[in-house]
Amino acid sequence: MTTHTKGTGLKWVGRAIRRLEDPALITGQGRFTADLPAVHRVRFVRSSVAAGKIKKIAAPQDAMVITAADLRAVKKITPMLHKFNYKPVGQPVLGEGVVRFVGEPLAAVVAASEAAAEDIADLVDITIDETAPVIDARDALAPGAPQIHAEAPGNVILEGKFKSPEFDTVWKTAAKIIKLEARSHRQNATPMEARAGHAAYDAASGRVTLTCTTQMPHVMRTAIADMLDMREADLRVIAPDVGGGFGQKISLCAEYVVLVWLARKLKSSVAWTEDRRENLIAGFHSRDQYIALEGAFDKDAKLLALRADIATNIGAYSCFPTTCGVEPLMAMAEMPGPYDVKQYECLARGVITNTCTMAPYRGVSRPVITFTLERLMDKAASAFKIDPIDIRRRSLIGKFPYTSAMGLVYDEATYKETLEMAVKAIDVPAFRARQKAARTKGRHLGIGFATFSERTGYGSPAFAARGMEITPGWETVILTVDPSGFVEVRIGSSPHGQGLRTTLAQIIADEIGVTPDIIKVVHGDTDTSPYGWGTFASRSLVISGGATLIAAQKVRAKLIKIASHMLEAAPGDIVLADGAAKVAGTDRSISIAKMAREAYTQTHRFKGEIEPGMTETGTYDPPGTFSNACHVAIVEVDVETGHVTVEKFLVAEDAGRIINPMIADGQVHGGIAQGIGNALLEEIIYDESGGILTANLADYMPPTAHEIPDIELHHIETPSANSITKAKGLGEGGCIGAPAAVINAINDALTPFGVAIDEIPATPQRIRAALRAKEQAA
Amino acid sequence: MKPAAFIRHVPRTLDEALKILAQVAPQDGRILAGGQSLVPIMAFRLAKPAHLVDINEVEGLDHVASDGQILSIGARVRHAAFHKSVLDNPLGKLLAYVARHIAHYPIRMRGTFCGSLAHADPSAEWCLVAATLDATMVAKSTRGSRPIAAKDFFEGIMSTALAEDELLAEVHLPLLPADAKFGFNEFSRRAGDFAMAAALVTYRLANGKIADARVGVGGAEPAPRRIAQAEAALNGQAPSDKIFRAAAEAAAKAIDPLEDHQTTGEYRRDLVRAVVRRALEHSHP
Ligand SMILES: Cc1cc2nc3c(=O)[nH]c(=O)nc-3n(C[C@H](O)[C@H](O)[C@H](O)COP(=O)(O)OP(=O)(O)OC[C@H]3O[C@@H](n4cnc5c(N)ncnc54)[C@H](O)[C@@H]3O)c2cc1C
Repeated sequence: MTTHTKGTGLKWVGRAIRRLEDPALITGQGRFTADLPAVHRVRFVRSSVAAGKIKKIAAPQDAMVITAADLRAVKKITPMLHKFNYKPVGQPVLGEGVVRFVGEPLAAVVAASEAAAEDIADLVDITIDETAPVIDARDALAPGAPQIHAEAPGNVILEGKFKSPEFDTVWKTAAKIIKLEARSHRQNATPMEARAGHAAYDAASGRVTLTCTTQMPHVMRTAIADMLDMREADLRVIAPDVGGGFGQKISLCAEYVVLVWLARKLKSSVAWTEDRRENLIAGFHSRDQYIALEGAFDKDAKLLALRADIATNIGAYSCFPTTCGVEPLMAMAEMPGPYDVKQYECLARGVITNTCTMAPYRGVSRPVITFTLERLMDKAASAFKIDPIDIRRRSLIGKFPYTSAMGLVYDEATYKETLEMAVKAIDVPAFRARQKAARTKGRHLGIGFATFSERTGYGSPAFAARGMEITPGWETVILTVDPSGFVEVRIGSSPHGQGLRTTLAQIIADEIGVTPDIIKVVHGDTDTSPYGWGTFASRSLVISGGATLIAAQKVRAKLIKIASHMLEAAPGDIVLADGAAKVAGTDRSISIAKMAREAYTQTHRFKGEIEPGMTETGTYDPPGTFSNACHVAIVEVDVETGHVTVEKFLVAEDAGRIINPMIADGQVHGGIAQGIGNALLEEIIYDESGGILTANLADYMPPTAHEIPDIELHHIETPSANSITKAKGLGEGGCIGAPAAVINAINDALTPFGVAIDEIPATPQRIRAALRAKEQAA
Repeated sequence: MKPAAFIRHVPRTLDEALKILAQVAPQDGRILAGGQSLVPIMAFRLAKPAHLVDINEVEGLDHVASDGQILSIGARVRHAAFHKSVLDNPLGKLLAYVARHIAHYPIRMRGTFCGSLAHADPSAEWCLVAATLDATMVAKSTRGSRPIAAKDFFEGIMSTALAEDELLAEVHLPLLPADAKFGFNEFSRRAGDFAMAAALVTYRLANGKIADARVGVGGAEPAPRRIAQAEAALNGQAPSDKIFRAAAEAAAKAIDPLEDHQTTGEYRRDLVRAVVRRALEHSHP
């Protein structure tokens, strides 16, 4: 394990200290939503039909079954974008009149136990007049396709268009145009803990506490209070320990709104724990995209222009708060990736279908666009008969700040350097020799590269470009040194596995001269943490970390002031370290605990020059910073069965200053595991009628430890000028680069066969089908 | 994913178990062995048995014993019992080799050999072993005991010749000749998944030529079975890449492949061709 403190003058930042949150989690002391006792248990009855008109929902006698008819006063989930020709569509929390996907909740059964609720659910009699469903985005775009929402003619909910002014002129000068039709199938983020909610009514205050497994407790409170016409003060939302989110737990679940409604109606506690089947059919999907990409290259194989036609299947409704714009608009904005390409044309559409609603999943569109763009680069390399590494060298961005065709400003990064670092570390010549030898024995090895940029830690101006009615971005933290000298920091971010309790403590420890173990990070409770946007989009360490540093700087200033007062020394001579303030060059010192005590209990001594107490607030809203990496996969393709084994994975990455190398590496490892799953295994499959064929973890296949190779990591640290901690985000990079690297490696392995795999996941069936088509043609 | 209500019976003797089973069988009463297939099915409510006859406490069903001719395996014997060779015969090594391919470690600690056979998943490794080696299943009920030959036992996907009141009390596997070779290969997308195709082969060499070849294929058809055409391609021939390929091709041709949304018949044949050849190529010892 590496330590990255060299030359920074910092003691804790840069050290791979163990995670402060882990002892509780690994000794079974974690507290999750489903652990809470409740008087009532809820089972949702879901549509087994993809499209149709609801004729009847009949409950068994004496059962408590809630339907849309009971919820007339509840507003619909109606996210809004003010740009891109967005058509707002509303989602009733329980299906009303029309059903639009298999899994849509139609009724809520309330009973004393989960088993009893499920017994009743089996007896709820639902009649639906089925209509023809549309499952695939291309079918939904075809003329004459059934209309899923009247508000969105042609099933297009939003349309992003962009064209650089000189696009046509430059396009005509191209030496070669390379085309690619890429397909990314639908996936589910599969957090280990599926969704769960628990709503409890407190008769004394009239308040409801909703405990749920969310990445965004404050936003959930705002949204649910709006929908139920409550004062926010009457609703408390708690995100306790959350067993992974990966974006799936950003979006508002209709189910949580029903729980809060029920708790108020019953004046009691109600709970719902989603099972895996529900999560796979109804717990939000993602990455279902078609991208047609064309690249214009000059005679030296330098990329001149890109043209993209992006169709993302957004499912039946638009997710809240991000809206379904997240996938198409991110794909449009970030398609050019790490390459210097000034000419760009793009059409990005969000397409409504009779499928489960799309929501962000770690990396959002970037795993798909990176796979598409990096396939294009490899295809171009082979058309120009040059090495895939070489073609990248010719187009990677090298001067900073760089302004993209669409106006994104890239801060300093190391696209070329990480590529060279990875190339050197993997030893390409040795691999090529091994590959050649293996081929003579009928074994097919391949190597694949992916270079990419990862936009992270962006604040409200960046989100505002999308025209979101709910525009997230900033973060606030409140830092307190209590009278015992113990440090507590209340944050609006809502970590759920990322290790933020540790990394924020490291930042504070360095700033005020204490040890991380006396710092407690409080999060995930709207009663005790300041308003904030939660944890997503590789933002928390950059933005919440920045806000933490700002608050800590204020506390530091205050401590110095107090020390200067108490030690009768000039502020400039005070040094904070080892839990004390010292006067430089003397043996005079005073502990931080003592100063904190005085700040509360001896304020009269400061003659009004120092405010009482020791609480400071920091808020941060940065412009955003780009991390980058080069991923390399070595695979073996079994051409008889189509099976792919990932033999080795190597990453050279730059995420700015690394606060905790162990945590950073863990984020990358986990992301790569998901990326390998996306590349080879994971696919939600619908049949023609809109039923899901992959509703359990035997059919929907996340990788197991066995499918994940050893991962070798290399770091470059380019301190970011756009982040006051100098750290960039790195939560998503692993899963962004991995699919591209793996698919490029598969194609490299299959070069002798002349087949192209431009589809994820590259299942053995698809690989064999491509090979068989060649065999049969020969 | 909570099962519908049921009553669990915990008999201590075989007689008691059979009596209860006879009473509750008409109400979809079922035997609960390791629960590794039945419990998930109940959680999904694909089955709602009103009664479970839990045989985990029944005395005298936990034997793995050989009389020199057959190995007899009782109804309570777990997959994990075969992690190490259970007898000094190639059969012991075969079972140990195959066992590692069944599911994951925690499942092997609970799931039973006989439960696998009774459940009759087309891909189950033990079903393939039973079919390839012509095992005999011993079915018991209050009506008596009867032997059922493997070829008559597996009737289709999750369907067997067991009557609803019959307990599969034990299975008899014939020992292999001391000079037998065996090979096993299976294909699954992830480690521990059910096989999409699996092959088990055994043979001897007599004067350098293959004799007594058995080629079993599982996971490719509704039930595992021996493929006579592949065996014919091997018997009397000296082992060689060419002969192995011919046998694999014969097996791929002979099957009537299971198809599903992702897996075409052609792909299933590709897999059968690969697993049969690999089982032959990597035979033990
Ligand atoms: C994730 C997972 C992966 C798996 N992968 C594999 C795999 O790769 N290969 C594989 O072979 N299996 C696999 N299994 C299944 C596992 O091996 C089961 O243990 C086995 O199929 C059934 O045995 P059991 O003892 O658990 O039976 P149970 O689940 O208790 O019963 C299964 C069925 O058989 C009946 N039954 C059980 N015992 C008897 C008996 N003695 N007489 C009459 N009827 C009986 C029951 O009534 C029930 O209908 C997997 C299971 C899981 C959960």
